[in-house]
Amino acid sequence: MPGLRLYLAQRISAMVMTPLVLTHLGVMIYAIRGGLGTTEILSRTQGSLLWGSLYGLFVITVSIHAAIGLRVIAYEWFKLSGLLLNLFAILVGLGLLALGGQAVYTVVLA
Amino acid sequence: MIRPHQKQPLWLAFAVHRMSGIGLALFLPAHFYILGTVMKDTRPLDTFLHWSELPLVRVAETGLVFLLAVHCFGGLRLLALEFLPWTPYQKTLAALAASLALFVAVSFLLNGI
Amino acid sequence: MSKLSVTKRGDFVKMCIWRGDASGGSFVDYKIPVSETQTVLDAVTWVQRNVEPGLSYRFACRVGMCGSCAMMVNGRPRWTCRTHVSKVIKNNQIRLEPLRNLPVIKDLVCDLSDFFAKWLKANGRFVPTATREHPVKKISPLSRQRQAANAAIECINCAVCYAACDAVEQYPNYLGPAALNRAWTLVNDVRDDGKRERLRAITADGGCQCCHSQHGCASHCPNELNPARSIAGLKQVAVTAIFKGEV
Repeated sequence: MPGLRLYLAQRISAMVMTPLVLTHLGVMIYAIRGGLGTTEILSRTQGSLLWGSLYGLFVITVSIHAAIGLRVIAYEWFKLSGLLLNLFAILVGLGLLALGGQAVYTVVLA
Repeated sequence: MIRPHQKQPLWLAFAVHRMSGIGLALFLPAHFYILGTVMKDTRPLDTFLHWSELPLVRVAETGLVFLLAVHCFGGLRLLALEFLPWTPYQKTLAALAASLALFVAVSFLLNGI
Repeated sequence: MSKLSVTKRGDFVKMCIWRGDASGGSFVDYKIPVSETQTVLDAVTWVQRNVEPGLSYRFACRVGMCGSCAMMVNGRPRWTCRTHVSKVIKNNQIRLEPLRNLPVIKDLVCDLSDFFAKWLKANGRFVPTATREHPVKKISPLSRQRQAANAAIECINCAVCYAACDAVEQYPNYLGPAALNRAWTLVNDVRDDGKRERLRAITADGGCQCCHSQHGCASHCPNELNPARSIAGLKQVAVTAIFKGEV
């Protein structure tokens, strides 16, 4: 069952993500011109506090958003419930957080 | 399998939102993983990016951009529906969200050529 | 069968009516003579009078006021007394089933106990603040709250929205569009004194957050109400209550 607080977390994470996603869409259209290259991407992101915090914030919010969204689907389609349902959602959230965190670390700091 | 009672535009908007959400949730771990491998060695990503210039792959990427855009704009419609004063033009707004997403995706596709 | 049904091709329609009870059932075909302004309810009545006296179905007013004759017509919930056969006929055929999301009693008759229990669970009951000794409270019909209530008030409890809703199907506890729509009218009724309990009901397990805004309710409501809009209003009330620490 989707609780009201999860519902709200889903909406708040969506609100926070929206400007980040719009920025990402814009950057993609801009960056795709002339093809993509590692150096080109890294020169933009490496050591940048701005990109680091934007992508970092995205990773956090998308982990919350996707975990809650998939939790709803797991309940509705696969009838997961109770502890199993929550474990599944936490696993999705933490998994995305770990992979995303590694990606941001790599692209910005390493 | 769409049942008769679901044959209406805003159910379709729901279905698009859900399917795009699932698509993004499946894609995102791969996306993060590939970005994460840059640290150890830039070759995998470069090979990957080189490979991504194949026309078919570019079309698939455009599909991913569409998924992200349609989930974002469709989601904005839902946020407006739930948290702003009511607007009666929900079907028009859903159409607008889909069109904007298509616009973004095609912009991505054409700029990459 | 009446002699009317053996007229020339095109003058009758095949009606597949679900027959059975809680333990199961199947579709039975009937051939119905058609007339120009015949409603689906007329056709069902014709079957009962001429072919199958044991056929069970509900109706009362026959003019779209009582909300008792709703059924699934070709897979969509409809009020059958105001639905013309000519409007819904597909391949010269109409398929009738009992309303979705409700337990069947027999044939086209559902058990609406859950539906009405949820109405009460949502605190869909007006709680008066005044007695007959008090003067009548003046409420401007132009006030924002009264207009919100008015927009949602004309519900006839036909359960069409309940049958059209996928969230009702997914979440057994979900109060559903009709009950929440009713709650929304009372949230906006300044004379009502049940707001605290109602807030608890609409924010609890099975409350307004279950709605996926698919608008199945709004696109099927025979009175052209929009329960999805009412539920969106309740979501704002619920979220505000969270921030105020009321729930």
